Amino acid sequence: MALAAADTALPESRRMGRGYWADVGRRLMRDPVAVTAACVILLIVLAAILAPLVAPADPYKGSMIRRLKPILDANYLLGSDELGRDMLTRLIYGGRLSLFMGVLPVVSAFLIGSSIGIFAGYVGGWVNTLIMRTIDVFYAFPSVLLAIALSGALGAGILNAIVSLTIVFIPLISRVAEAVTTQIRTRDYVEAARVSGAGPLTIIRVHVLGNVLGPIFVYATSLISVSMILASGLSFLGLGSKPPEPEWGLMLNTLRTAIYVQPLVAALPGAMIFITSISFNLLSDGLRSAMEVKQ
Amino acid sequence: MLIYILKRLVYVTPVAIGVSIVCFLLVHITPGDPLTAILPSDATQELQDQMRAAYGFDKPLPVQYLLWFWKVVHGDLGTSLATGRPVASEVGRAVGNTLILAATATLIGFTFGTFFGFVAGYFRDSWLDKLASAISVLGVSVPHYWLGLVLVIIFSAQLGWLPPTGAGPDGSVAWRPDPEHLRHLILPAITMSVIPMGVIARTVRALVGDILSQEFIQALRAKGLGEYGVFKHVVINSAPTALTIMGLQLGYLLGGSILVETVFSWPGTGFLLNAAIFQRDLPLLQGTILVLAMFFVLLNLIVDVVQTTLDPRIQRT
Repeated sequence: MALAAADTALPESRRMGRGYWADVGRRLMRDPVAVTAACVILLIVLAAILAPLVAPADPYKGSMIRRLKPILDANYLLGSDELGRDMLTRLIYGGRLSLFMGVLPVVSAFLIGSSIGIFAGYVGGWVNTLIMRTIDVFYAFPSVLLAIALSGALGAGILNAIVSLTIVFIPLISRVAEAVTTQIRTRDYVEAARVSGAGPLTIIRVHVLGNVLGPIFVYATSLISVSMILASGLSFLGLGSKPPEPEWGLMLNTLRTAIYVQPLVAALPGAMIFITSISFNLLSDGLRSAMEVKQ
Repeated sequence: MLIYILKRLVYVTPVAIGVSIVCFLLVHITPGDPLTAILPSDATQELQDQMRAAYGFDKPLPVQYLLWFWKVVHGDLGTSLATGRPVASEVGRAVGNTLILAATATLIGFTFGTFFGFVAGYFRDSWLDKLASAISVLGVSVPHYWLGLVLVIIFSAQLGWLPPTGAGPDGSVAWRPDPEHLRHLILPAITMSVIPMGVIARTVRALVGDILSQEFIQALRAKGLGEYGVFKHVVINSAPTALTIMGLQLGYLLGGSILVETVFSWPGTGFLLNAAIFQRDLPLLQGTILVLAMFFVLLNLIVDVVQTTLDPRIQRT
């Protein structure tokens, strides 16, 4: 992760106006892998949102006599779990929490981290040094360790897991934002704007944001995959969502006892995390090349 | 060179102190203070105050930090609330097991990662490149705790070839290099190796492509150097970066082993962390995280120095 951050270079400096984004969209549509990934994500998101309409059963209602049924059972298309609840239903509902817990930390870290980074990069001087050295301290923790340390200390819970992951991602995004902003700030056209009387806010809005948001955005999308894996991992450890709530990581944990009885059913929740995570990764890769951000 | 190392040390010291502050504060971001976790809920105010004074929680935070820091630099990480044993010895025992696991995984990941990366970089845009790139995307996208379960399902539950949990026979807690312990190491190490494999393959692919497109390679070829000679140049030029990534990945695995260790009941630091979290054993949590984070800081420093030694160009810039 740290790697991608350091190497994110700018595209040839030009403002990313409406025409630019239309170009990006067109290039993205020509990339079959990215389009497929986007369709898979769309399908999972739609299923999660429309869960009450599309799910065949009640996600909480179990049956003591129909526990751990195999895939393609007469009553259960994808089998049933250790409490006799319909797996397909729980996988569909599980997407709600898993996506929420995976995507929200990246969105909040994107907002907070890019503000910190742009501010530090634009102001420069000792303020920059102070902020970036503080960021370095958080950078000195491996992400998984920091996430688990924070949510372990804060205690189990969905909100605490989201807060922990947000704190993990802020330094990563701040660094990219700061690096790109510092690069832009010394460009001639920014100097020209300053000399011709543009205030700092105008310069930030027009020149800095216009050039900086693209690279940060691409970097942030590449974090969603990591975030999904970590969020479900926290639930897997018992630090995220609580039973009987359907969530992929937690389901994977509670089904661990079933790996000798119904191995395929037990592996399903993890497969969902995998499919979602790889789709986000492929979409992010496609977006990166569509935006001509060098890797 | 010496000056460079000194410079790095000067730079690393505030980071290390910052890391210790974060670890110290971890215990204090919990609701209430660390004692609420262990005191019975009906403890009298007097008892609470006594305990607070005994543990030093009645002093202002900066003073507490300095006292704690003083103990830490003297090797005293406090006492585990759950077992009553010194945290330092608990962590010391677990860290060896994690190190074995993480180092083996890094080695496997590095071997396959560089192989796939070289193949993909050399045969850009061929089907080999696409295959190697696909494998590396799979490596970075797979939830490794799930991969661990899948491997257990296949190789332990179905085929019965390898043990599903533990570091050795009969709940052995110390890893030794004998065949039985080696058998226990295989599944967790392979599970853990997919992330470094994916990351290293991606990096090496980009590196090799980059180096091959540089002018000096063209010049070497024009001079009549054979493919093997060119290959040697590519290896030498990509080695510093590849080794750096390997070092960093080892650090990530050391700190990120908790999920895999939980799946395989591997008696390492991850397992210790898990226990610490659920027994609300905050001194143990704090100590384990401090040790792992310091390992990571140290590893970063070593990687930096080694990279500079291998590639003198970095020092000059």
